[in-house]
Amino acid sequence: MGISTFKGGIHPPDKKELSADKPIVEAKPPKRVIIPLSQHLGAPCKPLVTINQEVKKGEMIGEPGGFVSAAVHSSLSGKVIAIGEFPNAMGRMVASVVIENDGKEEWTTLTDNPDYVNLPADKLKEKIKSAGIVGMGGAAFPTVVKLSPPKEKPIDTVIINGAECEPYLTADYRLMVEKPNEIIEGLKILMKVLGVNKGFVGIENNKPAAIEKMKEATRNELNIEVWALEVKYPQGAEKMLIKAITGREVPPPPGLPMDVGVVVQNVGTTIAIYEAARYGKPLIERVVTVTGEGINEPKNLLVKIGTLVSHLIDECGGLKDEGLKVIAGGPMMGFAISSLNVPVTKGTSGIVVLTEREIVHAEEFQPCIRCGRCIDICPMGLMPSMLSIYSEKGFYEGAKEYNLFDCFECGSCAFVCPSKRPIVQLIRLAKSMVKP
Amino acid sequence: MKQEKPLIVSVSPHVKSEETTSRIMWTVSASLLPATIMGFYFFGPRAIFTVALCILSAMLSEQVFQKALKKKITVSDGSAFLTGLLLGMNLPPSVPFYIPIIGSFIAVIIAKQLFGGLGYNVFNPALIGRAFLLISFPKLMTIWSNPEAAFIKMDAVTTATPLGILKEEGAAKLVEVFGDKINLYTQLLVGHRAGSIGETSVIALLIGAAFLFYKGYISWHIPVSFLGTAAIIAWIFGAKGALFAGDPLLHLLSGGMILGAFFMATDYVTCPSIKNGQILFGIGCGFLTMLIRLKGGYPEGVMFAILIMNCFAPLIDRGFKTKVFGAKKK
Repeated sequence: MGISTFKGGIHPPDKKELSADKPIVEAKPPKRVIIPLSQHLGAPCKPLVTINQEVKKGEMIGEPGGFVSAAVHSSLSGKVIAIGEFPNAMGRMVASVVIENDGKEEWTTLTDNPDYVNLPADKLKEKIKSAGIVGMGGAAFPTVVKLSPPKEKPIDTVIINGAECEPYLTADYRLMVEKPNEIIEGLKILMKVLGVNKGFVGIENNKPAAIEKMKEATRNELNIEVWALEVKYPQGAEKMLIKAITGREVPPPPGLPMDVGVVVQNVGTTIAIYEAARYGKPLIERVVTVTGEGINEPKNLLVKIGTLVSHLIDECGGLKDEGLKVIAGGPMMGFAISSLNVPVTKGTSGIVVLTEREIVHAEEFQPCIRCGRCIDICPMGLMPSMLSIYSEKGFYEGAKEYNLFDCFECGSCAFVCPSKRPIVQLIRLAKSMVKP
Repeated sequence: MKQEKPLIVSVSPHVKSEETTSRIMWTVSASLLPATIMGFYFFGPRAIFTVALCILSAMLSEQVFQKALKKKITVSDGSAFLTGLLLGMNLPPSVPFYIPIIGSFIAVIIAKQLFGGLGYNVFNPALIGRAFLLISFPKLMTIWSNPEAAFIKMDAVTTATPLGILKEEGAAKLVEVFGDKINLYTQLLVGHRAGSIGETSVIALLIGAAFLFYKGYISWHIPVSFLGTAAIIAWIFGAKGALFAGDPLLHLLSGGMILGAFFMATDYVTCPSIKNGQILFGIGCGFLTMLIRLKGGYPEGVMFAILIMNCFAPLIDRGFKTKVFGAKKK
């Protein structure tokens, strides 16, 4: 045990005090939900319902469209009133199912199986798959794929990601404080499925209450350790977390955590895994932190997937007049949304509303003065300054020589840049112009 | 809920640090204040006039150039101010009025703007300005005033700099001029000696440098490797006729070594960005400085050493590529 970390990183103001002490409360059921058939990395789902069809809460409405895909389920009981293209938080039009709430909250059959621990690994994996579980930290990678490593890549460690390094967000923190036992049960399921006997929970050191609760929950677990990690962004990035806890470095793309024998799962995902294994409950709701200086009452809400952001904003007392930028996710890697009428999906960890004061820096950017700050803090050991210069001048091939595709766009470089250069934007541009 | 107002959309990250380029420029300028004030104190009104003229003409050059080329006027970013200030600090106190004007013009227009403006210049602008002046006006640029004389009469009493004495007559003579060794070091530390306006007071410079370290604006890599290399060479080869008998402290405290190592060689634009590369850069600066001081025609070598190493900065960055996370060592 110790305070471990990775090389580089930054310290943005964390602003977690706005919502850290607000217990999770269930959001009022919305009148309707818009459930995208593609909420995950990979192939979109094929719809299983037709217009006017009655559906129950938890009923599968979209089946996986491939190996890397995840089923979607209705998050309320009611009637399908539309199937078509609707905008998501990234601004893209995606095939979605719109369901009108009948207010009955009628479930498909849920069965409590307290004996789930004795289920064989295959059976547990099947349950995780049919529950449509994806990584809930933001990337939304289908969990079952992570749990199916090829034979030549043995896994020996499972890490639960409780770092929650994005400023403002407190959803994972609340879950660790309120549901530590469920997390540990979920971790044990993961360890069983992967045949691993070493489990870790990594938590940033600025969350003492979470660390204490998790330690308490693991008191009798000899194979599970709770680690306090240095408070530093992006401590919760998979590669950084693995480095901090195991000392192993995931190789550059297409390298994956499984290449160094590790599987990482987010706190929320782990609880979803537990609920799927024990109750057969599909992933139809998640905790969303609605926060920021631009919202009246920050809250941690348990939200049905498909609920519109506007509904959550209303639930939190509405936007303040100066609330001008609404972000789906955290402020470092989240997406600014142009309309509040987009749905919460499985990967939406927060809704952060920023005010004019926090976004003043959007003015014209200046030339790179080669101060080297971005090089010093890049957690991937890249030279963001060179990437941005090459991209700015249109030399995209040159950017490739500077390991363009190793960048996972954490935004640390753009955060520290004194010339306010849009480094992440320039890197994304270069990525779109050349092949990996 | 109806959407009532348009929302702002941009690419992540949505929060950024408070640091700006102009804040850096003004802070570095502020860190040079103690040394500048000491220079004014020792060398009097002439020094104030020279420095002020440098700053004014540097800022005016930038303004006029950018206006003429219909570019965005960036004088308020503080970079022209800093260039002018550094040039002024690197001039003898009693130069005629046209020297600061010509020097600033060369520094800002030729060395910076013609290369593309802030961020694109290869060489440290202030040092290019000074190099041009030294080569074009060798006599004017080597008339040094004695500190005490400044307040008594406006006509500068010419004298030799400690480095000049060291070069021409040796360390023993230098000690003799200052009385004894302790007094010599003390005077060098305080800055009570002939030299360029802002280079003499080592203590004031170190206070400014400490402030920059505290702010995280400079790191140890360049100053330590620069001064360390120079000290080692001074110790080994510094004495005439014997090895390992030189006085490294004498070399570090005199001339423009401290000003150069902490404030000029560390210029972001013209030094390498990678820390390991900065060490090599500093070693190069230290080596070339001592080569010129001990074997060259000039008593002082800091300026040319930094300018020569500026050429290598991009190459050094290329050679010292960072270690990419997860990549196998080659």
